[in-house]
Amino acid sequence: MDVEEAPAPGQDRPAPTVFELFSAFLQLGLVAFGGALPLVRQLAVEDRKWLSPEEFTDTLGLCQVLPGGNVINFSVAVGARFRGMRGALAALAGFVAVPTVVVILLAGIYDRYQHNVHVGHFFAGLAAAAAGLMVSVAWRIAVPLRRRPVSIAVALTFFVAIALLRLPLLPTMAVLIPGSILAIGRFGA
Amino acid sequence: MIQTLISLFIIFFQLSFLAFGGGNTIVPEMQRQVVEVEHWISAQEFTALFALAQAAPGPNLMIVPMLGWRIAGFAGLAVTSIANFLPSSIITVLAMRAWNKYKDHRWRPVIQAGLLPMTVGVIASTAFILVGASDKTPSATAPETLDYSWGLVAITAIAAAIAIRSRIHPLWILLAGALIGASGIGQ
Repeated sequence: MDVEEAPAPGQDRPAPTVFELFSAFLQLGLVAFGGALPLVRQLAVEDRKWLSPEEFTDTLGLCQVLPGGNVINFSVAVGARFRGMRGALAALAGFVAVPTVVVILLAGIYDRYQHNVHVGHFFAGLAAAAAGLMVSVAWRIAVPLRRRPVSIAVALTFFVAIALLRLPLLPTMAVLIPGSILAIGRFGA
Repeated sequence: MIQTLISLFIIFFQLSFLAFGGGNTIVPEMQRQVVEVEHWISAQEFTALFALAQAAPGPNLMIVPMLGWRIAGFAGLAVTSIANFLPSSIITVLAMRAWNKYKDHRWRPVIQAGLLPMTVGVIASTAFILVGASDKTPSATAPETLDYSWGLVAITAIAAAIAIRSRIHPLWILLAGALIGASGIGQ
């Protein structure tokens, strides 16, 4: 891999090849445990200097608005930026390759040992902790809404529809997203 | 088998377009389709697989290939991965090209602000459903019904509190929860 002596801004940095994109994201998939985002930034901004910090934030902002996993979208966006559709596919394939093998192995272990009492307790504890982590994520992203009454009302409406009434997601979004955008555009957040 | 693969493709293709605000927003709908509509796996197994996918490296959507593998083997894995990852990726590439064009449009921050509470509501739903499915064990008196088990509720509560209050790596919290769970206390 090429390491630039000075992080020259703009067009001076060499664009990574399709193979470099694949191998960089393959390595990332190997080590990115429990939230890949900090490691993605390390790779793209600090190590390879593919993006400036501003470009990173801008690209990530786009990826968060679009459907799909944020980090998956980010790998696709970086690949596409340098090598078009082929670069996007190379980055995506590299990123999910190792984790796919890992989840197959984990599913096999679960399938084989789930009826063993001790292993069952182990998995139950793991699932309970994972649920707790999701509670913490919900908490973290909910805190910025605390002084925004319209946003709180929209969030609660979604919660009732999805969690309590178990309504299908597609029609719920089709109705509530335009409503949310119009309400916030009209009355503020 | 072909019928299962077609159903898997339709479900995960749809979900690809709905994952606003990250992969975890589609977990409730994924659970509804896979567990409640199609009855491919139980709610308990779904939650266990979700937890294992969280413990794996890489993006948090690894539950997608894992479910495909569990439900329909290698073909299922290929179908769910392609159906779920490809459409959102194509949208991302196209949006990247359009992004600079509308960079300063006045509706952009309004749309972002409008999507945020939706993300919060759906992520909270994900948490709610996972807690409901993962903190219950078969009742001692009536094994076909599920009751909350205090040991698992405690693991969830402590894991949430630690994750909110500290910057400790989530993998350690998962490992600690699994080890405390393995003791069998309160289950």
